[in-house]
Amino acid sequence: MQLQTQTRPKVISVTVIDDRIDAATAIQFKERMRDITKDGPARVVLDLARVQFLDSSGLGAIVAVKKHLAPDRALELAGLTPTVEKVFRLTRMDSIFTIHPSVEVAVSHAASA
Amino acid sequence: MQPARDVQFPAGGLHLTFTASPFDVRDSLAQMLATPPLCDLPASMRGMAELVLAEVLNNVAEHAYPAGPGPVTVTLTPVAGGTQCLIVDQGLAMPGGRVPVGDLPSATTDVGDLPEGGFGWHLIHSLTRDLTYQRTGACNRLSFLLPNEG
Repeated sequence: MQLQTQTRPKVISVTVIDDRIDAATAIQFKERMRDITKDGPARVVLDLARVQFLDSSGLGAIVAVKKHLAPDRALELAGLTPTVEKVFRLTRMDSIFTIHPSVEVAVSHAASA
Repeated sequence: MQPARDVQFPAGGLHLTFTASPFDVRDSLAQMLATPPLCDLPASMRGMAELVLAEVLNNVAEHAYPAGPGPVTVTLTPVAGGTQCLIVDQGLAMPGGRVPVGDLPSATTDVGDLPEGGFGWHLIHSLTRDLTYQRTGACNRLSFLLPNEG
């Protein structure tokens, strides 16, 4: 599971380089995210633009990371591909997360905040 | 361990036997998506087919064979209105002899109370039709239709 991070003053963005987060990699994803976000800015933006496939294990891992960061820090999402977007919509998890069209938009929100 | 694989192509369909473990499921999904009938579907439907089959097969790997990987057979048949799917394994029966409902958490659930699992059956129910489970002898038989869009 390859993740790329970029830290700015108020937000850290994490780009998933793999094209899937599935049952085979969900636990590894969760552990890597916990390491990366151990400390740092309050806002964490997860860039999923390269992820073509997310199953319920991957979704559960993303929810787990959000729970782990709460209540003081937020996990937001960016760049959902159509299939991934549909998984969030069908499970109504799209109402739980702040979802940005792209990581650039998410970061510009931080600048104006 | 090298997965024991058996592939047949009956009349535009696919009949595939492999070992149900997370990495074998991933490899087998790639194979299913690259061959008829799934490779002939539009991209968005292929994505949903992959999702449903991943959920079903990972459930088999995790719950039917908790003690270690076992064999699973997937039969995909193109029919009017979609793709008919049959998944057969020789593992533990479903609890209560039926398919879990897959309830979603309420939209007002606190972040701390959100479940980290259980989304799979909801996705399967949402994306299939005629979902049927039978325990026959030592086999689980799950069948459903992956409907064509529109």
